[in-house]
Amino acid sequence: MIIGLDVGGTHTDVVLLDQENLVNQIKVRTDESDLFQSVLEGLSRITEGVDPKRIERVVLSTTLTTNAIVQGAMPNVGMIVSSGPGIDPKFFRTNEHYYPVAGSIDHRGRRIEPLDPDEIKAVGKNLAGAGVRYVGVVGKFSSRNPSHELEIRKLLRDQFEHIFLGHRISGNLNFPRRIATTFLNAAVYPVHKEFFTAVKRSLDRHGMKVPIHILKADGGTMSLDYSIDFPGQTILSGPAASVMGACAFAPEDRDVIVLDIGGTTTDMAVLMGGVPLIDPFGIELSGYKTLIRSLNTRSIGLGGDSVVRVIQGQLTIGPDRLGPAMGYGGSAPTPTDALIALDIVTDAEKARSVAGLEPLALTLGISIAETAERIFNLACDRILSESAKMVAQINAKPVYTIHELHEGYQVDPKTIMVLGGPAPYFAKRLAQNSSYEVRTVPRWKVANAIGAALARATCEVTLFADTERGILTAPEEKFKKNVGRDFSRDEAVEKAFELLKEKALVKGEANAQDLEMELLEDLQFNMVRGFDTTGKNIRIKAQVKPGLIHGYGAVAKKLSEEAER
Amino acid sequence: MIKSKNRTGLVFFPAFDWAIDPTHPEREERLLYTQDQVFEEGILDIEGITEFKPDLVTATDIQRTHFCVPDVWSVTTESHFISAGGAKTIGMAVMDKKIERGFALVRPPGHHAMRVVHGCRGFCNINIEAIMIEYLRKAYGIRRVAIVDTDCHHGDGTQDLYWHDPDTLFISIHQDGRTLYPGSGFINELGGPNAFGTTINIPLPPYTSEEGFLYSIEKVVLPILADFKPELVINSAGQDNHYSDPITNMNFSAQGYARLTDMLKADIAVLEGGYSIEGALPYVNAGIILAMAGIDYSHIHEPDYDPVRMRQARSITQQIKEIGDKVLSYWQEREAIKEKLRPAGPFTERNRRIFYDTDGITETQREKIRICSDCGGALRIDSETDSGARILAVHIPMHACRACQETGYRWFGEARTTDFGKIYLQDRPKDEYLVK
Ligand SMILES: [Zn+2]
Ligand SMILES: [Zn+2]
Repeated sequence: MIIGLDVGGTHTDVVLLDQENLVNQIKVRTDESDLFQSVLEGLSRITEGVDPKRIERVVLSTTLTTNAIVQGAMPNVGMIVSSGPGIDPKFFRTNEHYYPVAGSIDHRGRRIEPLDPDEIKAVGKNLAGAGVRYVGVVGKFSSRNPSHELEIRKLLRDQFEHIFLGHRISGNLNFPRRIATTFLNAAVYPVHKEFFTAVKRSLDRHGMKVPIHILKADGGTMSLDYSIDFPGQTILSGPAASVMGACAFAPEDRDVIVLDIGGTTTDMAVLMGGVPLIDPFGIELSGYKTLIRSLNTRSIGLGGDSVVRVIQGQLTIGPDRLGPAMGYGGSAPTPTDALIALDIVTDAEKARSVAGLEPLALTLGISIAETAERIFNLACDRILSESAKMVAQINAKPVYTIHELHEGYQVDPKTIMVLGGPAPYFAKRLAQNSSYEVRTVPRWKVANAIGAALARATCEVTLFADTERGILTAPEEKFKKNVGRDFSRDEAVEKAFELLKEKALVKGEANAQDLEMELLEDLQFNMVRGFDTTGKNIRIKAQVKPGLIHGYGAVAKKLSEEAER
Repeated sequence: MIKSKNRTGLVFFPAFDWAIDPTHPEREERLLYTQDQVFEEGILDIEGITEFKPDLVTATDIQRTHFCVPDVWSVTTESHFISAGGAKTIGMAVMDKKIERGFALVRPPGHHAMRVVHGCRGFCNINIEAIMIEYLRKAYGIRRVAIVDTDCHHGDGTQDLYWHDPDTLFISIHQDGRTLYPGSGFINELGGPNAFGTTINIPLPPYTSEEGFLYSIEKVVLPILADFKPELVINSAGQDNHYSDPITNMNFSAQGYARLTDMLKADIAVLEGGYSIEGALPYVNAGIILAMAGIDYSHIHEPDYDPVRMRQARSITQQIKEIGDKVLSYWQEREAIKEKLRPAGPFTERNRRIFYDTDGITETQREKIRICSDCGGALRIDSETDSGARILAVHIPMHACRACQETGYRWFGEARTTDFGKIYLQDRPKDEYLVK
């Protein structure tokens, strides 16, 4: 059996699945000040009366690192940044202890200017003196040649508890993002490590010696051990859980918009033939632009509990939330109050909702029922227009070859799948107000936890060959090899898949059956100097597609059938 | 946090799957390292810099500018539609005020493509800046445009297209034509009889460095631009003046290009040549983008940059000053010289031979223009290639007077298909293109 647990802002959702059934589903309140307690409560309640030996896998998605970053609750870390010519690295300062140093590598990974060991040692001394225990080291073009980052670590390794190297984080080119991502990894490392060590210890104590997997923002999982070195990968896994939940029930023959309508926000994503789209760049959080792979999601400040106001004669919704709907004891009118006033939702105190809408109705000079109607329609129409914007943005993504521009697949969703608390109510109205086919995701209240439970391990490998220089390298994987002039693109692809497989199986503890691999980038250039071809420049990027683990299709099918009945 | 001062747009289309031929300078690899640098510097993440996907131009857009022989499809590939489309996308974004400035980092280039196109010259088939400008004129009603061509080669195609247009100021600053392809662009090339003075050439001696380029921009180009008062300034931003460029002999640098961009403050820049794909382009393009966006570019330089080694000889400085003085004096006296040189008759003719180096075609042109003080003048081009393709092209300019419009239609009507393989009429006031 599998446990899927998704910590959200208000609730922590937990499910227990076996190969045929959703055995149990629960919700516990999230205590933001003690997430560990919320996770433990969820885990122990879902396993009540279950033989711990039957649990094979636990997948967790938490807001731990996200909260730490959003609240700025991060320890002092040291950043050492080697830039060389380009934009002044002072623009990329992440924190107090930020040191640009000498040294430069160019776009082909050639060393242009050496490091200055004395300078590095002096920086190390300053950092140690300031009580810093975690250090990030980032070089420009280190994803082409990591030697400077490695050298810096060698010089300083004895003085610090953990040194994070930029080139291990991603094979992508983006120095400022590499700096921010390395910083975040170093900064959330202690809290992440402490938390999950405690979770593991506690599960062990309950007799569950099972592999623990952690959900990432790209909708895939990684092993707990692997996550300790890359804790930044756990940021913003919540929206990914919901998307994977929808994935379990999504048709594969068309494009779909997924809407997760929560209390504070609505999160949107697009599935292309049942597979979620990946953001080509990386997560943005609290002003940090990162290289953390994530699903392409868009979040708007419009949920069931968003505050409704009349501003200059116009109804507005959100982006803030002041608590629950008035019908549930809150203090400001919300879209949920509109649903209550319209008798669509019936388990609340209607009188309170109506009282909440009354001042709005008076200002607008219309009836309360009409006001509620307008609020509900406005919420639906904004969600629809924002999702159309998201689709347009995906289709406007620049491409760099004539082939891609010509053949460029345009996402064209005609179906919407809705999950989250008020999903069924919204689904109906969204369908009325648009030409989409709108479905509610089965078990919409816990589909996110189902998504977490069933998500497979994902990862990505970037391989770079420069046959003029005779090198084949994937610094992120600590891989480097000399190759001859005749090294080919086919050999490079083969190597990339080999590295990817190894990464997924070993580090992600994936199942061999779940290795659905594909190429994300496949470029080969003849390098011409003078009038002669002097080599080839080959760039390969391969990934394990986000998706669901093998062998649990029956559960999803059963839940779908159940929902249709 | 890094933030741009000017909302800046970028179309980046490296055409990674298109080359003139595998070892040609204009090949797949050309913008590969530029892409690496732009990505690694995180330029596309900078707040205020927006990347646009290029639209494709249409055949109508191309025919608004060119006479393609025998037709558009025969002398272009899809990459040309995208490259011109990239420029058009940026132009529209500027006109729509989505951005304040924009840079079309596209290939293939276009500034050697003339009004009549039989094939490829100097790596260019169609003139991507002109196609953009003519589109903007039609769609947004703008009239006065200035083009500053800073490619190392004389922008002879753009010069040809605007030779008779008094509404377009074309300034080309380039390596002296006696020492470099295409061998033209001398100071005394000043435009046709109806548009005398609005073509300006600043040929610089080989080994001109930052000092000379920036002097010419500051002391010659900027004052002329200020006089002309264009609604839109376009920079044909070739990058082959760089000291490491393999096919030219200049000593310009990434810092110099960034400064030039900063001084010129063009609304739109369009990439032209530049073939030092590793040593120059990554740094020059990064510098240009930052300068356009108004971001500190002082740390951008080539790994091997040494300003001392690049200092120009005193004799060159002196030559450049003399060239500048002469250009300025022509500019100031343009009206008087125009009157003096004005042909007597109602028409004037010139005969030219045009060589398409890339495609190995030689074209002979007989060009006839109606002398007119009310408009750019009706233009008739009788063109024949060495392989025997003979056509007649009639151009009626955008703001043509009535007499010139009638002249154009008369030429078109009188021409016999027995004499010419094709007869074309480009009627800009009506935005029509007729073929017989
Ligand atoms: Zn050139
Ligand atoms: Zn006229």
